[in-house]
Amino acid sequence: MRIAVCVKHVPEGVSRLDPGTGRLDRSGEGTLNHFDANAVEEALRLKGDSDTEVIVVSLGPEKAIDSLRKALAMGADRAVLVSDDTAAGSDLVATSRILAAALEREQPDLVLFGQQASDADGAVLWAAVAERLGRPVVSQAMELSVGDGSLRVKRQTEFGYDTIEAPLPAVVAVSDAINEPRYPSLKGIMGAKKKQQDVLSLADLGVAADEAGESGSRTTVLALADPPARGDARKIEDDGSAAQAVVDFLAEKRLV
Amino acid sequence: MATLVFLEHHGNELQKGSLGVLARAASLGDSDVAAVVAGDGARALASEAGKFGAAKVWVCEDEQVAQPLPQPRVDVLAKVVADGGYDTVLFANSVLAADVAAGLAARLDAGLNWDLVDLELRDGEPVGKRPALQDAVYADVGWSGTPRVALFRAGSFDATATAGGEPDVVEVAPDYAAHSTGARLVGQDEEESSGPSIEDAEIVVAGGRGLGAPENFTLAEELAQALGGAVGATRAVVDAGWYPYSAQIGQTGKTVSPKLYVALGISGAIQHKVGMQSSNVIVSINKDPNAPIFEFSDLGVVGDVHEIVPKLTELIRARKG
Repeated sequence: MRIAVCVKHVPEGVSRLDPGTGRLDRSGEGTLNHFDANAVEEALRLKGDSDTEVIVVSLGPEKAIDSLRKALAMGADRAVLVSDDTAAGSDLVATSRILAAALEREQPDLVLFGQQASDADGAVLWAAVAERLGRPVVSQAMELSVGDGSLRVKRQTEFGYDTIEAPLPAVVAVSDAINEPRYPSLKGIMGAKKKQQDVLSLADLGVAADEAGESGSRTTVLALADPPARGDARKIEDDGSAAQAVVDFLAEKRLV
Repeated sequence: MATLVFLEHHGNELQKGSLGVLARAASLGDSDVAAVVAGDGARALASEAGKFGAAKVWVCEDEQVAQPLPQPRVDVLAKVVADGGYDTVLFANSVLAADVAAGLAARLDAGLNWDLVDLELRDGEPVGKRPALQDAVYADVGWSGTPRVALFRAGSFDATATAGGEPDVVEVAPDYAAHSTGARLVGQDEEESSGPSIEDAEIVVAGGRGLGAPENFTLAEELAQALGGAVGATRAVVDAGWYPYSAQIGQTGKTVSPKLYVALGISGAIQHKVGMQSSNVIVSINKDPNAPIFEFSDLGVVGDVHEIVPKLTELIRARKG
């Protein structure tokens, strides 16, 4: 079996937007989106001692290779980075197009995603990629088992717990409740450097330049502004009188 | 703008979040707004949709949409968009709606803006408002070309009934793509809540990991009782078995917007935040001064819940006499 895990390289620490482009500033240090670590972990758990191949796939700047190496250090077998200046600024429509092209090339039986991107809070990409690949999709997986050409997912929704089955090949987005990602071992970190890491351009994938980046996108950022003020937000430290301070605050707001 | 709103229903009830989006779309007053309801019982809900501003309601009760799964609904929506000539499709965020919206955007090569909290018209063009970077920035976002797809943050709009009349009802029967019907729901375990509903409560007291142990939920229960509110919980404590799922607030739990939200020992992870951020007043108590919850609290108290909450409960009881 072949499992592809889609991961994102996100800015470390406090993110900021570039006021000129309205895009996320990606010039600083980056790290593997921590929600994606759950997807990598789940792929490695499914692999176990079998000959299943786990491929990590990302679209991002050249330095996104650092996040792919972390996934390799955790135990993934191979990395594919799509990196192309033309792809910068791709929105959901364009990103899903590029990722789907990269995945088509690998023909995985199972594609995994983490539950959201920690930078842009996006939590929908899997459904767009599944649509482009023409595959079933299940999101919010908190338990996943694979066998005999199909998969079974237990998930949580607003109304309770669902159990869903789907034939392979399929796309699954896992919840961060599904597992505790492992830390890469020293041996894993050393070994990661020797694993295959392909860096592909859009041309390698057969994606035309006008189908990526801003020209391939269908959404725009028009303006940025400060958020509406949260009134007179206060923060206090308890010195023994905090309970009284809370009561006074609630009284002031006419809530008691 | 020719607008279509995806209405989600559970049992025989249309979800408030999607009715709120419908009411908002109708209030823009640009043109008639249509809605689509897909699944068992869809037909019977059409006139209810009319009360919230839908002039036309597309309904589908095909067997393929009997289960609450996204992909067959992409087929339904793609067909409605084509037949009805809609250029804008709006969704209220939910586990189901997010997957339908993204699938539809890919199917139609349409722009999708998500996590919007408002939509307005500027010179006839729709502009969305999207908080970004943990709400530190508000972006105005638009679409280049049509169709446009928008996904709104839960609780963005009140579901206010308008004086709408009986809508036109149109049946829709799409062809279903092979991959759309691959996934099947084979089991469903719904937990009925007991006690007052946290979604309707004016005051919610919620507990997280910081309570330290399941038995400490009595702190939250007693404070809730003193304030006259309901008790909520984070996913972490529900997963740990400390409190029932029916009380879970967040992305895969309930979305609440009470007048007062009291967070006890809750760090404020994004998945929790999306379920309570539209609360009117937020008070949080947490011993970690760097907990993200303080960034969106009106009053944040850095301290030990085990010390503060019993005192607080006593003071409120005394005050209420």
